[in-house]
Amino acid sequence: MFATEAERTAHRAAERTLPAPPVTPFLTRLTRLAGAALVAVVLVFAWHEAEMNPAQLVRDAGNMATLGADFLRPDFTDWDVYFNAMLETLAIAIWGTLLAVIVGIPFGILSADNVVPHWVAFPIRRVMDACRAINELVFALIFIAAVGLGPFAGVLALWIHTTGVIAKLFSEAVEAIDPAPVEGIRGTGGTWLQEIIYGVLPQVLPLWISYALYRFESNVRSATVLGIVGGGGIGMTFNETMRGFLYSQAAAILIIVILTVTMLDMISQRIRKRFI
Amino acid sequence: MAAALQLDRVSKTYGAMRAVDNVSILIREGERVALIGASGSGKSTLIRLASGLILADAQGSGTGAVHAFGLKVQESGRLASEVRAARRNIGLVFQQFALAGRLSVMTNVLVGVLGRIGALRGTLGLFNADEKRTAYAALAEVGIAQHAAKRARELSGGQQQRVAIARALVQGAKLVLADEPIASLDPKSAKRVMDTLVTMSRDHGIALVVSLHQVDYATAYFDRVIAMNAGRVVFDGPASQINAAFLTELYGASAEELILPSQFAVAAPADAAPSHTLS
Repeated sequence: MFATEAERTAHRAAERTLPAPPVTPFLTRLTRLAGAALVAVVLVFAWHEAEMNPAQLVRDAGNMATLGADFLRPDFTDWDVYFNAMLETLAIAIWGTLLAVIVGIPFGILSADNVVPHWVAFPIRRVMDACRAINELVFALIFIAAVGLGPFAGVLALWIHTTGVIAKLFSEAVEAIDPAPVEGIRGTGGTWLQEIIYGVLPQVLPLWISYALYRFESNVRSATVLGIVGGGGIGMTFNETMRGFLYSQAAAILIIVILTVTMLDMISQRIRKRFI
Repeated sequence: MAAALQLDRVSKTYGAMRAVDNVSILIREGERVALIGASGSGKSTLIRLASGLILADAQGSGTGAVHAFGLKVQESGRLASEVRAARRNIGLVFQQFALAGRLSVMTNVLVGVLGRIGALRGTLGLFNADEKRTAYAALAEVGIAQHAAKRARELSGGQQQRVAIARALVQGAKLVLADEPIASLDPKSAKRVMDTLVTMSRDHGIALVVSLHQVDYATAYFDRVIAMNAGRVVFDGPASQINAAFLTELYGASAEELILPSQFAVAAPADAAPSHTLS
């Protein structure tokens, strides 16, 4: 490694004069300590605010036992009712997602900075943010006030919220495209819409399909919850059984929901894999 | 007759860098011109300016004007209203092929007619039998008709480049601008693509402007060579005037690493240096 003894000596000397390893400065350590203290304070505060009370779990062990025992004996006597309610939930998710995709495509394209000017993208993106910021449950409560209890309110709620999500996912896919094919279309004298159709869409379509299917999966889950506030479907049936202390029936409903969601996830994952 | 391409005092600045510096060029109809110069000398920017894909700096009135066959592409940093009509005459071939990879080869070629047919029909993709025949004939001309139904991305780089050439043919372009069309191809595909471009130009009287790194192609395939350095045109003349001393000057200190065409393998004597010199 070293040609001469002199070189070796010089190298060793250089090693000896290496500076000491760095020490964490006092101020940095103080900041870290303060940070840890702050986290601790937040945790304690949140514990009280959430009225966390593990003792209650023990004190009410009898209740828990009854609940548990009933849940362990699912009662499928009214399975056809649950099945129909599950179908209703699926229907809500299908239409809520489909409408969101239909509306989300133009909004998604119009909020992508690389295909429209910023003054177009910016306001549309803010509107989509608003759609996304409000939970579908809140939308459901609003639409129940508007169109009454039932699945249609659920569809509307999912539609609005999912449009915000889909538009964002779709526009991010558009912003990540390779600009060259778009320029290729522009170079032939194509119009803006033709650039989108022949240059942008072929690139984003697989991702879009995957996103839409994924949103459908999560909308089936959301639609279940929507029923609890009155948006129709299996959630509504579940709520009724719980209110009537019919835990065995509730357990049967939960099993149906879990099976359906798992099955759909598996199918949709298969389809999505084919497109990626 | 109007010039195929006319650039009039065109400049393009990116931040502090002058990518193209006050360039005026005139390309005649049917002319074949090679554009050479080191990376970053402004070749790609010039081609993109010529097709209006980027806008020139807005300086004074009358500057930064680009015309193709008498139709204005841009002027004073603004796209002309007739830019779409102007682009119909210009076919583009890029280094990275610029095809829609998921669409079929046929569709990628049919895209060439978009500028000519009704906007609605083009948008909906309702190409008629006549247009399909034209597209297929163009694919046959560049030698890849057998791949018409495949997805564009299944083709090799050289084949994809020939799809782009077929698209320019279908477009009825009278000027083809090719930006380093063979830069990412192996030597055999590169030759095939260059042959296709030049044959197309000769058979259809299409003017051809090709930016190249391969000086041997520039001198062997083109009559006229335009050399750029730091955004300026430093040479514009017959390919026969290009010699090793000039190339060394053009490509700078790295020129020793350049693989020069065989006729330049031995450095020309100093007294044979061309009359033009780099500023």
